[in-house]
Amino acid sequence: MRLNVPISVAGWGRFFTRWDVIAVLLILGLLVFLAEASRHLLQPLAELQLQPVSLDPANLPEYAARTTLRMLIAMALSLLFTFTYATLAAKNKQAERLLVPLLDILQSVPILGFISITIVFFMALAPGRVLGAEFAAIFAIFTSQAWNMAFSFYQSLRTVPTELVEASRNFRLSPWMSFWRVDVPFAMPQLIWNMMMSMSGSWFFVVASEAISVGNTTITLPGVGSYIALAIEQRNLAAVGYAIATMLIVILIYDQLLFRPLVAWADRFRFEQEPGVLPPDSWVLNVLRRSRIVDRLIRPFASLWRRVLIARWSKGAAPAKREIRTQHGWITFQWAAIVTVLAAVALWQVARFVVQDITMSDVATVLLLGLATLSRIVVLIALATVIWVPIGVWVGTRPHVANLVQPIAQFLAAFPANLLFPIAVSAIVAFKLNPNIWLSPLMILGTQWYILFNVVAGASAIPAELRSAGANFRVRGWLWWRRIALPAVLPFYLTGAITASGGSWNASIVAEVASWGNEHLEAQGLGAYIAQQTEAGDFHRIVLGIAVMSLFVVLINRTFWRPLYLYAERKFRLG
Amino acid sequence: MSTALLDIHALRQTFPRADGGELLVLDGVELELKQGQIVGLLGRTGSGKSTLLRLIAGLAQPSDGTITYLGQPVVAPAPGIAMVFQGFALFPWLTVLENVQLGLEALGLPEAEIRKRALAGIDLIGLDGYESAYPRELSGGMRQRVGFARALVVHPNILLMDEPFSALDVLTAETLRTDFLELWGDGRLPIKGVILVTHNIEEAVLMCDRILLFSTNPGRIIREIAVDLKQPRNRLDPQFHDLVENIYVAMTARTPAAPKAATTAGAVATSIDTILPRVSANLLSGLLEELAAEPYNGKADLPVIADQLHMEADDLFPVSDALQMLHLVEIGGGDIKLTETGKQFVDAATDDRKKIFQRQLLSNVPLAAHIRRVLQERANHVAPKSRFFDELEDHMSTDDAEETLRSITGWGRYAEAFAYDDDSQTFSLENPT
Repeated sequence: MRLNVPISVAGWGRFFTRWDVIAVLLILGLLVFLAEASRHLLQPLAELQLQPVSLDPANLPEYAARTTLRMLIAMALSLLFTFTYATLAAKNKQAERLLVPLLDILQSVPILGFISITIVFFMALAPGRVLGAEFAAIFAIFTSQAWNMAFSFYQSLRTVPTELVEASRNFRLSPWMSFWRVDVPFAMPQLIWNMMMSMSGSWFFVVASEAISVGNTTITLPGVGSYIALAIEQRNLAAVGYAIATMLIVILIYDQLLFRPLVAWADRFRFEQEPGVLPPDSWVLNVLRRSRIVDRLIRPFASLWRRVLIARWSKGAAPAKREIRTQHGWITFQWAAIVTVLAAVALWQVARFVVQDITMSDVATVLLLGLATLSRIVVLIALATVIWVPIGVWVGTRPHVANLVQPIAQFLAAFPANLLFPIAVSAIVAFKLNPNIWLSPLMILGTQWYILFNVVAGASAIPAELRSAGANFRVRGWLWWRRIALPAVLPFYLTGAITASGGSWNASIVAEVASWGNEHLEAQGLGAYIAQQTEAGDFHRIVLGIAVMSLFVVLINRTFWRPLYLYAERKFRLG
Repeated sequence: MSTALLDIHALRQTFPRADGGELLVLDGVELELKQGQIVGLLGRTGSGKSTLLRLIAGLAQPSDGTITYLGQPVVAPAPGIAMVFQGFALFPWLTVLENVQLGLEALGLPEAEIRKRALAGIDLIGLDGYESAYPRELSGGMRQRVGFARALVVHPNILLMDEPFSALDVLTAETLRTDFLELWGDGRLPIKGVILVTHNIEEAVLMCDRILLFSTNPGRIIREIAVDLKQPRNRLDPQFHDLVENIYVAMTARTPAAPKAATTAGAVATSIDTILPRVSANLLSGLLEELAAEPYNGKADLPVIADQLHMEADDLFPVSDALQMLHLVEIGGGDIKLTETGKQFVDAATDDRKKIFQRQLLSNVPLAAHIRRVLQERANHVAPKSRFFDELEDHMSTDDAEETLRSITGWGRYAEAFAYDDDSQTFSLENPT
């Protein structure tokens, strides 16, 4: 199955609507508010002591369990967010106009930026206790999971076939029942896919969020991430190895026990059966399905669930809408008023912040650093394209190779590339290389795989008939690439490249500054800037850095990726 | 106290148009459904018959007029009105049994009752043994049986059917129709009245007690035909044949070649706002050749040639309309006849055919002439698609405008009257050299 495009691609023409402007304003306002709050809260919390982490491998199972638990809690929260936020956006036209741009902008805010400015805030909620730090870490993981899930769910809800909607209304299903009987099942396969992607992606941020210092506040939560941080600090290569092995095992376990059964189970919700694709299989699910004990245990819950579904939360069916443009004047007015007030408050926050603390030279510096990071990403994406597109096409057109390579590529995308940073750093130090150049590849280490496995998926989706036609007319060599392979994989490639580019911006915050024991390497760039300011606890400059990075990401998405993607969709979509 | 189940009075439905005006879809519809009747709504695509069905189902609200069900106005999906859908509308993640139970669960019945009624429905409609199957495992016919069972188990007073057999192959459709009529005739169905939407003339005559014929754009009832033949009806019965023939005549009666997009009622039909049927040039020449050949020799009875070509009326009418618009055939009294130009066209070779087609197109289809004129007037002989699209959208719905432009593009290309480039979305006079 193919990924959703991780950006909003609805609508042609306009790059920015006024709702985008409001969304930007609201998010900036929130960031400023959190940063301001954190600045005042910082001092009294400075001396928070947490349980020390030890490098003894015997502790790793416990750490792994804690880390996984955090991720699962964040996943539950993300699901809750998805079901409410995305449903509201899909069902309410008024809300939709603000919520969708809001989500689109939120997606472009660097996740590690969130953690820098929220951590102190969360710790203030539970002063002096570990709970606050746990909240902060879970929140950071949540921000890395929730947006794309909500986006996928929103897109699914909007494409529920009309006849199914009409049937559910004709049989007078209550909104509650049709949500669980129609909307959720229809969205399920895509949602589970996005949950897997989110879970993979969040490993990267777990490692970063368990051990972090903001100014004088240092947080070390027991977990795989802080274990790795300590191993790096103490230059313990063996410990890094143990951590990697632990991660591999954890990923394998939840893949087999959680996601594979889920994918196999969700296959029944697939609306259209793709021809020639074997239904996914899971031994765990098979065991569960065949077991009588499980069947006994589940039955009362299933019956209870049915009763909850049937429960009449609202009386009767929703009245039909008139097909004329009725304006619910009062509601529109209220809504507009709320948005205006919120936007005004946000504007005031931002304006005060800018006037007080930001100088023009700051802005200029940050913009220049942004350009430096941008040029790195452009070069890296280009390099990854040149390397992985031919390989992806080669693999994708050979089904047995594709079956072998595809899971590996997906696993590599899940693997937190920051675990490999120590190796890279020691190499750079040993060979006395220029960090401005040689730290860069770390940014794309984890995200290049999205390009590979999307291209593989695209190439294997080229219809056999088209390939036979190509062979029949003896289309070979460069002509074959130009006329058949490249156009066919272009929409897939773009999906992968958009994901990779977004991920690289995120990764730049950890990749442009890397250390190994007391060797510190820094590249000039926006990511390094945010990392330095986080370390220094300078909240104004953190916000400035985050805002500029978001700006770069949004602008590139809107002016480059979106038009390109829409063009490819229109011109090269097969079938 | 009348025995009417459903009463529709002075119904009017409009949709907002792109330029802020209104597009009239249904106008002045009067309908009464009495107990024990099957009423057919027969019309071409675009006659608003499916819209009417959705209004009755309470899925949308009419702009004007009233729909009364058992004395109550319909403002939301009413209990007692159930629907069978053209595309089955089964939930692929629910088994046959669960699909059938869905409407009962929504009624909030106790679990035992739900099961009992669902199994009874499955039994009645001949789905025994399929209870645990998923819809994707079933053939089209079996899927529609699930659709019927699902609608019947809620014991509706009125069953609405939206072209329920049109997605099925001929044999399966026939079996399903016969089974339904048999159950209905024996009084074994828990329903009191049926409204059937169809574009299949024979199906309407086969099933209905009354047929309402709809015009297109806007949909108005142009004829009401009572069918008094006894069930089961026989297609070979001369009376049956006469009825079908009559309906063909009525449906092709109006001489203005194609349906007009009415701006306001009674407005003078201007030249460019005609909705063009989406028919390929190949299909047009195909029908002309068929007409010219044995056994028709230039003139055919519409129902006969439709039957011979295995085309339903709804497939045939757009083709015959287009040909009539181009003055390549004449239609009247249920017959279709080649014109002099039509004969020339059939006898000509490819290049000459194109010339004839171009002449007919530019002189008889105002939109084609308009595009050509605009292109000639412009210095570079290029005009964006949006220029014409916006113009059309002032007179018709966005979908119709899109369809009309696609048709004219196809015809213009065949006639080599103008070219269209999809990348730049522009019309031009140049053909690639």
